[in-house]
Amino acid sequence: MAARVITVTSGKGGVGKTTMVANLGVALAVRGQRVVVIDADVGLRNLDVMLGLENRIVYDLVDVIEGRCRLRQALVHDKRLSELFLLPAAQTRDKSAVQPDDMVRVCQGLREEHDFVLIDSPAGIEQGFRYAVAPADEILIVTNPEVSAVRDADRVIGLIEAEEQGPGRLILNRVDTERVRRGEMLDIPDVVGLLAIDLIGIVPEDKDILVAANQGQPLAFSGDSSGACRAFHNIARRLLGEDVPFLPLQEPGVLERLFRFVRSGGD
Amino acid sequence: MMRVLERLLGHRDRYSSGEVAKERLRLVLAHDRADISPKLLATLKDEIVAVISRHVAIDADSVQVNISQSARETRLVADIPLSTKRGRHKS
Repeated sequence: MAARVITVTSGKGGVGKTTMVANLGVALAVRGQRVVVIDADVGLRNLDVMLGLENRIVYDLVDVIEGRCRLRQALVHDKRLSELFLLPAAQTRDKSAVQPDDMVRVCQGLREEHDFVLIDSPAGIEQGFRYAVAPADEILIVTNPEVSAVRDADRVIGLIEAEEQGPGRLILNRVDTERVRRGEMLDIPDVVGLLAIDLIGIVPEDKDILVAANQGQPLAFSGDSSGACRAFHNIARRLLGEDVPFLPLQEPGVLERLFRFVRSGGD
Repeated sequence: MMRVLERLLGHRDRYSSGEVAKERLRLVLAHDRADISPKLLATLKDEIVAVISRHVAIDADSVQVNISQSARETRLVADIPLSTKRGRHKS
């Protein structure tokens, strides 16, 4: 069976692409999928530290492309799971070391023995973005409910459509329910409506994400049935074709709670 | 008073910053997608007015040229009222 190659991109930096790839990789591997996550951010690698694998890197993506090692030698096995591998980015090179064709070839070499190849795209819309989306069968666009992030996401969607790789699916990350409720943040239907592409995930703001990053232990490992962890697992399930309803993020307001309380007879 | 109360109770304000963000985003996206700056839009409007005025009398001050957006489709919409002066015989 051939792997699905999925690129996670965003345009804007800092919206949570790397965290997303690490967690989706874990959530898919937990479900028995054979997963490779590729850090395509050559020169600014970070997926290794997110996964806590930074001390185990021997070869990297550019070594593979330039023939210094075989593809399999560069894969770092995440020992917490039987089938999760990282293909790290080179840290001392820059994005000009990779061409779109190189990425297509690398992914071709991974398709046979894996179920999913997840590519963590660099921010921006230049070379790094170009080679990261080149091999993609599917594209996930991560954005935050902020004007700048949504604007950049729209630009990326436009570029992907122009390359006939679109439209991709949207992940709305770092949604602060409380601020949405107070009207201090773009609402989910607003963002989805403006970008006009399918939604595959809504991830709430979660302070445990930072703790997880500190420890190199993605939140998806925690099995937590709430917050961001649950959202990551739900996205993984949707990728696997399950029909998972979106989490009810909208907490009831004070009045609504009061009405419910009154209606329920005050128990 | 009602608004203060609503705000205290956490109800959404109509003019909240979230709404402002939405409106600003809507405009920015329309311009980005069409690759038409507000300046270019003004130029287009002036030239459209000039061309049409050569053939028909129009109410140049009320002409509106805008970018409209539905789903991922963008279009340029010109609203050009014809001048009504001629038909009315007003002195």
